[in-house]
Amino acid sequence: MSILIDEKTPILVQGITGDKGSFHTKEMIDYGSNVVAGVTPGKGGKTHHGVPVFNTVREAVRETGAQASITFVAPAFCADAIMEAADSGVRLICSITDGIPAQDMMRVKRYFLRFPKDRRPMLVGPNCAGIISPGKAMLGIMPGHIYKQGPVGLISRSGTLGYEAASQLKSLGLGISTSVGIGGDPINGSSFLDHLVLFDKDPETEAVLIIGEIGGPQEAEASAWIKENFSKPVIGFVAGLTAPKGRRMGHAGAIISATGDSAAEKTEIMKSYGLTVAPSPAEFGSTVAKVLQSA
Amino acid sequence: MDVHEYQAKEILASHGVEVPPGTVAFSPDQAVYAATELGGSHWVVKAQIHAGARGKAGGVKLCRTYHEVQQAARDLLGKRLVTSQTGPEGKPVQRVYVEVADPFEREIYLGYVLDRKLERVRVIASKHGGMDIEEIAKNTPDELLQVIVEPAVGLQQFQARELAFQLGLNIKQVSRAVKTIMGAYRAFRDNDATMLEINPLVVTKDDKVLALDAKMSFDDNALFRRHNIVDMNDPSQSDPREAQASEHSLNYIGLDGEIGCIVNGAGLAMATMDMIKHAGGNPANFLDVGGGASPERVATAFRLVLSDRRVKVVLVNIFAGINRCDWVAQGVVDAVRAEKIEGVPLVVRLAGTNVEAGKKIIAESGIPIIQADTLAEAAEKAVAAYQGAK
Repeated sequence: MSILIDEKTPILVQGITGDKGSFHTKEMIDYGSNVVAGVTPGKGGKTHHGVPVFNTVREAVRETGAQASITFVAPAFCADAIMEAADSGVRLICSITDGIPAQDMMRVKRYFLRFPKDRRPMLVGPNCAGIISPGKAMLGIMPGHIYKQGPVGLISRSGTLGYEAASQLKSLGLGISTSVGIGGDPINGSSFLDHLVLFDKDPETEAVLIIGEIGGPQEAEASAWIKENFSKPVIGFVAGLTAPKGRRMGHAGAIISATGDSAAEKTEIMKSYGLTVAPSPAEFGSTVAKVLQSA
Repeated sequence: MDVHEYQAKEILASHGVEVPPGTVAFSPDQAVYAATELGGSHWVVKAQIHAGARGKAGGVKLCRTYHEVQQAARDLLGKRLVTSQTGPEGKPVQRVYVEVADPFEREIYLGYVLDRKLERVRVIASKHGGMDIEEIAKNTPDELLQVIVEPAVGLQQFQARELAFQLGLNIKQVSRAVKTIMGAYRAFRDNDATMLEINPLVVTKDDKVLALDAKMSFDDNALFRRHNIVDMNDPSQSDPREAQASEHSLNYIGLDGEIGCIVNGAGLAMATMDMIKHAGGNPANFLDVGGGASPERVATAFRLVLSDRRVKVVLVNIFAGINRCDWVAQGVVDAVRAEKIEGVPLVVRLAGTNVEAGKKIIAESGIPIIQADTLAEAAEKAVAAYQGAK
């Protein structure tokens, strides 16, 4: 098994005819993802990479039964696209877009509260690399070939650091059940915690690697929950030990502005809740291997 | 993006927040002219820099005569002001703000932030204004007042009123404070601010409520729809390398180590810096060339990193996802030739799509590039090259 997506999940691409949307739609199809529809307002009725294109998400969902969506929509319009997908009944929305204003995301999160908890969509991202269940399906922009199928769940704020971890694991013969990029924005859709809950129930996943970075309360929140509730070993890492205070390190959300935001503090918090912390970003693979052996 | 105090006050005033009369000045003569136009008998001359703690650093001067105003402006303009928030290099003072100084009775703290945990705007107030919020939170945590804004409807009058009464204001002051609290909220919301601090907000003898100091930061992601804010940008306040980087939409942050870094992806860039430290070296910068890492961007990145004279070694770490290693490798080789990079050891680590083809291009280029396969090896080789070059 895996979490969130597999080879059957019917996928819809918002912004399918744009440069990026088009390129990654092809990559996803080649990987084996079940892309059933695309949406570009004004391009309804056409087909793109053999996929029918619709003007609205509602129409696409009605005609194709799409359940998951990925947004390749410019920052200024992306919050709108996410809300459109949510309102049309899409239950998993993955937003790749980097650069959505924080206040737009605040409104998106508030909008999601109108759905009862059991029907609330899961938003992954924005500003993320997406989701991949190796060997099954990809809902994202990652290079699929660096992921091997296996027992490790991976959750990472950073895209490229997630790639680094996946390739270290692969070089040691270790694979991944599902890898989720939760994104580098200050207000994002889902957190480490949301996906840990799913990994806990996934029989294929034997251990989880969570890769955080400076800024925000997510890593601490997840660590506290892990100690009380999580049944599998968790390996953690926080990037940005050398990051200066008060400076935005590329990602909009990667900034040390409050107590508990720094990598050193978060690492200590992880350790105090019983996580195994990888000593350096070059040791994701070896640390996971050690933990799996002793489990 | 940050703005100066006088700009923040302009924004606030346009949303109904009362501020003392003031004018920005670029020269001592302009400062004197401003004081004569403003009237009154006491003025403060304040250095305009993108950092706080100016008062303690001598950046705010109380003046009683026009001559003192001129002297204060002369003392401040053209200097670099070092405060506890600027770092040892300080910030250049190119403008001063001349403001009428009237006596006041009380100092209040009023702040607005985007709370990442709650995903809402949080309004913070305290009876103890005039010192920084960390101090207030430490000294009188029980007296910190907070209001959370519901994003669907925005800040409500009753919330502002509750705050005002809890601050111990009298009824006349309350109605003015409500106007200020609501106005500042609109200024925050309508300009996509991420932080707004009025500290102190003062209450005068005649029950006026005035923003005596103001600080605002704005969401970089929202600047595309905030042209009024973009127009307020003062590039003199940023590191020149960072200003140059942002012109090329590269994410660059200068640090004080010796190993320059060129990496794709913010997380990997941070991890590369961490790895250099782990291997016993010090990173000279954070630099994310982005997912694409096109040859042009790689060349610009080299120029930028090498403009820092402290850089003794350059480490390139690219994990090719969407792009391909052979393409990145060609970009590196072309950049090294075009920029005539000599005397600076260059360590390159490529991983991901088409890695073998990429390595081959580098090996066959004839340029003495040190190649590495893993992140650990790259960092170790860069540190070793630095120690060898020393």
